[in-house]
Amino acid sequence: MRYIEEYRDRKITEQIIDAIHRISTSPVSIMEVCGGHTMAIRKSGIPYLLPGTIDLISGPGCPVCVTGRQFIDHAIELSRMPGVIITTYGDLMRVPGSSSTLGKEKAEGSDIRMVYSTMEAFTISRNNPSSKIIFLAIGFETTTPPTAVAVKQAYDRKADNFFVLSSHKVMPPAMSALIDEGVAIDGYLAPGHVSVITGSSIYNTIAGKYKKGVVISGFEPVDILQSIYMLVDQIEKKRPHVAIQYKRAVNPGGNPKARKVINEVFEPRDDWWRGLGTIGESGLGLKGKYEHLDAGKVFNVTLPKTREPAGCICGEILKGTRKPPECQLFGKACTPMNPVGACMVSTEGSCAAHYRYNQYC
Amino acid sequence: MTEKILLEHGSGGRLSHHLIASLFFKYFNNPVLNQNGDSALLNSIDNPAFTTDSYVVDPIFFPGGNIGKLAVCGTVNDLAATGAVPLYLSAGFIIEEGLPFAELEEIVKTMAEEAEKAGVKIVTGDTKVVNRGQCDKIFINTSGIGTIGPGKQNISAGTMIRPGDSILINGFIGDHGIAVMGKRESLQFGSDVLSDCASLHHISKNLVDRVDVHFMRDATRGGLATVLTGISEQYGLGIEIEEDKVPVRDSIRGLCELFGFDPLYVANEGKMVVVVPPEQEQSALDIIRSNEHGEAGSVIGRITGDHPGKVIMHTTIGGKRFVDMLTGEQLPRIC
Repeated sequence: MRYIEEYRDRKITEQIIDAIHRISTSPVSIMEVCGGHTMAIRKSGIPYLLPGTIDLISGPGCPVCVTGRQFIDHAIELSRMPGVIITTYGDLMRVPGSSSTLGKEKAEGSDIRMVYSTMEAFTISRNNPSSKIIFLAIGFETTTPPTAVAVKQAYDRKADNFFVLSSHKVMPPAMSALIDEGVAIDGYLAPGHVSVITGSSIYNTIAGKYKKGVVISGFEPVDILQSIYMLVDQIEKKRPHVAIQYKRAVNPGGNPKARKVINEVFEPRDDWWRGLGTIGESGLGLKGKYEHLDAGKVFNVTLPKTREPAGCICGEILKGTRKPPECQLFGKACTPMNPVGACMVSTEGSCAAHYRYNQYC
Repeated sequence: MTEKILLEHGSGGRLSHHLIASLFFKYFNNPVLNQNGDSALLNSIDNPAFTTDSYVVDPIFFPGGNIGKLAVCGTVNDLAATGAVPLYLSAGFIIEEGLPFAELEEIVKTMAEEAEKAGVKIVTGDTKVVNRGQCDKIFINTSGIGTIGPGKQNISAGTMIRPGDSILINGFIGDHGIAVMGKRESLQFGSDVLSDCASLHHISKNLVDRVDVHFMRDATRGGLATVLTGISEQYGLGIEIEEDKVPVRDSIRGLCELFGFDPLYVANEGKMVVVVPPEQEQSALDIIRSNEHGEAGSVIGRITGDHPGKVIMHTTIGGKRFVDMLTGEQLPRIC
């Protein structure tokens, strides 16, 4: 199958793996920022094939994992209001809030619906004119454009029953924050689909100011292995820069149309990340023009005091300073069946990926 | 106006009788059913196997089948997996008022055709009609009785599985789950994927008659991964499978990538996992491939004494990974 099989071809992967073994001489820590990469790496068994010099660490790029408990608590309070339909991507259903989950609230009778796209949520609002539809908008640069399009459509059509609770985030400030915190990272494996939207220049600070290599990578085994090769080569030669491996999809200039719609609807704001705390200009809020569609502003709910679970080290795992098996809850009190922390809930969470694919390999 | 099912069709009165006579007796027609008693009277059965399942799939018509076909094949396959020859089925219908009569007739007709193919008789049944909103169009329960040949009673117990045994499957995985998903209102995508829904009793009977089957199970909800992890956990054995030996259609692989699913966990309705001694692997594969529902049959891996309780997959690129049981609901109401 074109665009899949050739990127999983064993002959090609073996050649790249050999090349990585040849050039890698000193220990390096490479962080894959994106949850999609974490999953692809574990699923294809890549760590098993790399030399001992290369340590892959998982970063804060799973939107569900970095979303704070206060966001879940907020969504739960909104779901308890009469006449409200909450629409959400499925992953959020099981994420623990301070005292409940959206899944449990649904069972209690709240109207909470799983959707696969923002437009699906918007369609629900058109089909249920007497209800207030709130879309829980999470995710990075890849899921922001569809939210922006839905908000614009709601605005243009003067919809009075479609609202967005935004927790959209942008990635580069968090990547800088990790280095500022002193996390040992020699290079970043950056998500290709983000750069399809943003282009490659968003990482210029990482390479320029922090002198760390960045390779923008696709998601198939050949892509990831080739990107690891490119990063190791940069690190070994001490020539950090921003490189694009995922050339079949990423244009250095990104997608101007998608960026334009994001900028029309959203503006940067400080945001809270699990494990990292508040990071300046790392979140996206609706601009003033659209505040009548902002569920965070339109509805007045009292939020409970946020409670974090004892023993959970999701924060440190998201920073890459500790690995899932180092958590005392991992695989015991915290499993995909009964997740304590968000990293175990999302299919892209690094605890879930470790548990599912690497537990005993 | 199209004729619809009314609450009165389930009242036990005249309309009920009309429905039963004009639909169920007409299509399911067989001497045991035609006795028309409160219970079906069966002749004595040697080593009976007995199973039940309820079907709530949404949508009720999907590419490659409908809820009726599923209700017959699913229960037939539960019997076939134990090594039993399916004999009799019951059929209980819970219908939401307003279901078009023509849709019910299509479902019943498909059930009759599928039962005929599987050599089973639908000998007893029940119909209830509930208010709009109290069920979704139609739910069906079928129970089945079959007979297991002498010396074959231990297939479903798994006590004969040994390290070194070969693991086979009769074809492409994930077709049913993706076919149903593609028809969901919220998710419609153009695809030519058909459900693999089929009765597998011929394959299972030929295998049981001609090779020394150590274990069989049909891989439905939770997919192939759930059957394999079930075997390894329940019997404390290790399993190793080869990713490139597990048959997955290109279209299914592509759609799974798009939606973030792993084909190993996607539901099937016509796939049997079979465990045989290694020296009979080729005979078993030949039997499977000679059947219309087994042309893409494959030996996907083996049982091992190493890493008990764990399933390890050797990935296409030469890596290794752990295969875990499905957690959470990948897609609700798939069967």
